Amino acid sequence: MPEGILCNKTPINTDEQLKLTLSDKGGKQYYEEMNHLEVDSDKLWGAIQKTMKSRTKTWLEICAHCGLCAESCFLYQVNGRVPEQVPSYKIQSTLGVIVKKKGKVDNAFMQMCMETAWSKCTCCNRCGMYCPHGIDMGVMFGYLRGLLYSQGFVPWELKIGSGMHRVYRAQMDVTTEDWVDTCEWMAEETEEEWPGLEIPIDKEDADIMYTCNAREPKHYPEDVAEAAILFHVAGENWTVPSEGWEQTSLSMFAGDWECCKDNVQNVYDAIERLRPKRAIGTECGHAHRATVIEGPYWTGRPDGQPPVPYIHYVEWLAEALRTGKLKIDPTKRIKEPVTLQDSCNYVRNQGLKDVTREILSYIVEPGYFVEMAPAKEHNYCCGGGGGFNGIGIYRPQRNMALRKKMEQIIDTGCKLVIAPCHNCWDAIRDLEEEYEIGIRWSFLKPLVIKMLDVPEHLLPKDE
Amino acid sequence: MYDFLTGPMLWVTFLVSFGGLLVRAVMYVRGLHWQLDRVAYRPNMKYGMRGGLRSILAFIIPFKARLWRVRPGFTIIFFAFHIGLLVTPIFLEAHNVMLSKAFGFSLPTLPTMVADVLAWTCLVGGLFMVLRRIAFPEVRIITTFYDYLLIVITVMPFITGLIARYEMGDYNFWLMAHIISGEIWLLCLPFTKLSHAVLFFMSRMQLGMDYGIKRGGMKGSDMAW
Ligand code: SF4
Ligand code: SF4
Ligand code: SF4
Repeated sequence: MPEGILCNKTPINTDEQLKLTLSDKGGKQYYEEMNHLEVDSDKLWGAIQKTMKSRTKTWLEICAHCGLCAESCFLYQVNGRVPEQVPSYKIQSTLGVIVKKKGKVDNAFMQMCMETAWSKCTCCNRCGMYCPHGIDMGVMFGYLRGLLYSQGFVPWELKIGSGMHRVYRAQMDVTTEDWVDTCEWMAEETEEEWPGLEIPIDKEDADIMYTCNAREPKHYPEDVAEAAILFHVAGENWTVPSEGWEQTSLSMFAGDWECCKDNVQNVYDAIERLRPKRAIGTECGHAHRATVIEGPYWTGRPDGQPPVPYIHYVEWLAEALRTGKLKIDPTKRIKEPVTLQDSCNYVRNQGLKDVTREILSYIVEPGYFVEMAPAKEHNYCCGGGGGFNGIGIYRPQRNMALRKKMEQIIDTGCKLVIAPCHNCWDAIRDLEEEYEIGIRWSFLKPLVIKMLDVPEHLLPKDE
Repeated sequence: MYDFLTGPMLWVTFLVSFGGLLVRAVMYVRGLHWQLDRVAYRPNMKYGMRGGLRSILAFIIPFKARLWRVRPGFTIIFFAFHIGLLVTPIFLEAHNVMLSKAFGFSLPTLPTMVADVLAWTCLVGGLFMVLRRIAFPEVRIITTFYDYLLIVITVMPFITGLIARYEMGDYNFWLMAHIISGEIWLLCLPFTKLSHAVLFFMSRMQLGMDYGIKRGGMKGSDMAW
């Protein structure tokens, strides 16, 4: 059997196929079919010849096999420093071999590559900082994932994830109606406490167009409400688009580049339709990376920039605090040791290390902020990046990966961790569930709301 | 034989070696692809250059990048090896005598003592590189026969050169061996991993441009390499 019903080389494009794949609990049939999936070597080699440019070629060729990247990888560190976790080894033994063999590899080999690409690398790009040659395994694993995806060798959850994006243009089955309903519902609920609060949908020419992560309307609608409260208090002229509001990209983790492009284009279309002065994304790292850092390239924007300035939530929040649009009541600042998770996807990948700390300078009583070691662009992945968090068959490996963050947090002595990234937030929650080290974790929005010094006229009138 | 090796053969070697490296550098740049690499090189050239230079400097200055600081032992050996490798042949007195005979100009030369020390450093450094490949599992697993071969090719001119210099055995034989091994090394430069002599700069530059343009540089946030 060259291709299965669930496990095949065709992306999920229809609702039926999506439901069918979803109903295969844990991907039992899917992985069974994968054992019989044929590798299309010609297509594989063809893709490599077309897309492997000098950067990747050179990286594969000049790697000095010096092993300096080993220690840089947190997965190497937490897995007993086994040599199989050396970044250079991981990529040479997978992508390196596929290239050497000109795509003539078999099913078992591809399955090994799949396991390596999704359970031994979170594409955190840390090793690239420590390789003297500037070889970035995170980038190369992203590339390898694309090749594997096109051949059908992708974990069940990510096949579904990118299918969700293809069918619903959201990482979960949130339709346009669901989203609009959620916004209206949240506006109504919140209005009681915040008179005059609105969640304006599809308002043209606003100052800000806000986009988010589908998990918010689906599982944490209060996050949407919190964003609304902060924009409301800050007096922003803002809007959300009814279409093109979802900025995450499981397709990026899956290596489904066609789908990545389609999703980002959808967001950019909303920008072009509503003409906001700028766009602001929620507290999510990979969503930011997908729409702002990589997205412009997927959609072919030669300047590498989104259609309007598009910033991460931490940038907006820092600005609002700096300019006094939001004021913090100093008596309500955090007065306990608190640490910060630097998300790879906007700190290492977009340098937003200082703005994040600027926010802390407003909301944490001086002396209580404790840096992780190492921090900023040298910080380690939370342990669940690159899709790792969501892949069932790699759960044991993921739990192992969480240990690095656990050690780092324990070393700070803090019980509170600020994680302005959905995925990091999830990983830290799971880490507490798994290891019970007694910590709490939070996004910035709820923390800031609790500390706001709200102007009189925005408060509800007491009868 | 000597005349041939230091005459036409040397010319051919230089031509192939330096010409080849140049070709590789040019091909590297031509093979970049802004969309597939996801770096808008051209429109943001200024940011890119800045990031690229920072990235190169961080890694050619000892102890500048964090990598060099967290592994001081390796760093010392690594730099000693590379400095010996580059400086010795260029500024060696004997080489410059040849240079002035052939082209009528020469470079400043190193005192014999310094040249000796550099050459020995290089050998010892090479030895350490081999030993750590054997000793550390994380390096052993990625080491291949090819890696050893390249080290041998690289240190051969130094071994033969030192033997000739101390006039152990047949001087003429070792001199010949020295010249041949040196030419082999030069000829290997563009065709093997030794091409990192220039490709290091290209790759470092590229990643630096990436960081300088989209991964923080344009946000005014420099990468602390
Ligand atoms: S540090 Fe770089 S050159 Fe050294 S083994 Fe790792 S990837 Fe290769
Ligand atoms: S990108 Fe991160 S997880 Fe992947 S090999 Fe490099 S350091 Fe390890
Ligand atoms: S989940 Fe967070 S820490 Fe982990 S790779 Fe993604 S951004 Fe980085």
